[in-house]
Amino acid sequence: MIPDRYTHTAIALHWLTALLIVALFPLGVYMADLALSPLKLKLISYHKWLGVTVFLLLLLRLAWRLGHKPPPLPDGMPLWQRHAANGLHLVLYLLLFAIPLSGWLMSSAKGFQTVYLGVLPLPDLIGKDKALGDLLREVHEVLNMTLLVMLLAHVAAALRHHFIERDGILARMLPFLDRGDSK
Amino acid sequence: MMRLLSLLVLLASGVAHGAEFGTLLAEKSSIAFVSKQMNVPVEGAFRKFTAQIVLDPARPEAGRAQIEIDLASIDAGSEEANEEVKGRSWFNVRDFPRAVFSSTSVKSLGGGRFETGGKLSIRGKALEVRAPFTLRQEKDILTVDGSFQLKRLDYGIGSGIWSDTSVVADEVQIKFHFVLSPTRK
Ligand code: HEM
Repeated sequence: MIPDRYTHTAIALHWLTALLIVALFPLGVYMADLALSPLKLKLISYHKWLGVTVFLLLLLRLAWRLGHKPPPLPDGMPLWQRHAANGLHLVLYLLLFAIPLSGWLMSSAKGFQTVYLGVLPLPDLIGKDKALGDLLREVHEVLNMTLLVMLLAHVAAALRHHFIERDGILARMLPFLDRGDSK
Repeated sequence: MMRLLSLLVLLASGVAHGAEFGTLLAEKSSIAFVSKQMNVPVEGAFRKFTAQIVLDPARPEAGRAQIEIDLASIDAGSEEANEEVKGRSWFNVRDFPRAVFSSTSVKSLGGGRFETGGKLSIRGKALEVRAPFTLRQEKDILTVDGSFQLKRLDYGIGSGIWSDTSVVADEVQIKFHFVLSPTRK
């Protein structure tokens, strides 16, 4: 039996974000170690654009969530698991907010403004400051490593629900499983 | 006391009759540039240069300038970039340590604006450039402000993989700000 599902919009936003992060993360690690080259400048720009897109998607998701409560967790679920799930989701939201923010600030501190898609300049909230730029780079990296750990836990929990507990938790976030009983 | 007084009188008359400004206040002057990388404006500057400029605000057309830039003093926005642009495919500072501008003319554009023409040589290549500028005089300080655009590929700056202008634009905006005091005699 499939419990109440997430809305199409929530599902689309979730998987789009997932896809972008799967692209962004290795891109970030790869480009960071490249020697200066036109390729590096291109990749950093693409990384920034994708990262800003994740940020925009996050804002959309939060706005959508305000008006559309996620389906409730199944009745038989132990309290610690409920807390763990809600806590983990909160941490993921915080990271998806803080990581792009740190990237944006880092760029400004390093003196390279972010111009979204090459056309829309984002304001520099802070001025050029090398020490601060280096610090924000560390912050960006540490937050990203935290994200990696949290995402592994997130995926492991989803798979556990699906293959061990078989409670339909994963299915309600999967696209194309709609039986016409949700919008 | 008398000497000081006569010196003051001399200075005052000099200013009144249109003095010649020819002493560069290097700490207050700057040569900066803006390049575009992936459509992002990136500021840079040359920290070391000499400028022999002689300008009389009463007769700007008689002015002349010889400016020499120490290219290794470049600040291109980051340490990584500084190292890169000193290299062979950019300025090649080992073989061509200096960029030199020699003016050949100054003309008035009207409305307090002027234009100097001259030769700018970089990497052993001398090309004609024109740079509009304005003058501002406050007592014994004359400020020259101007800017012009050059195309880096005309000089072969950034060749090979870097000649891709979709990453680093061909056009580079050069901005100069010279602060002069009267010629010391
Ligand atoms: C959710 C969004 C993002 C993710 C998952 C992400 C991930 C990463 C990762 C994993 C790295 C490599 C860190 C390392 O190992 O050194 C990185 C580097 C970087 N990120 Fe992001 N990033 C995101 C958003 C952004 C945004 C929005 C910007 C700028 C507007 C940005 C700018 C950068 C820069 C400039 C670097 C390279 C730092 C350097 O090499 O000095 N990132 N990112």
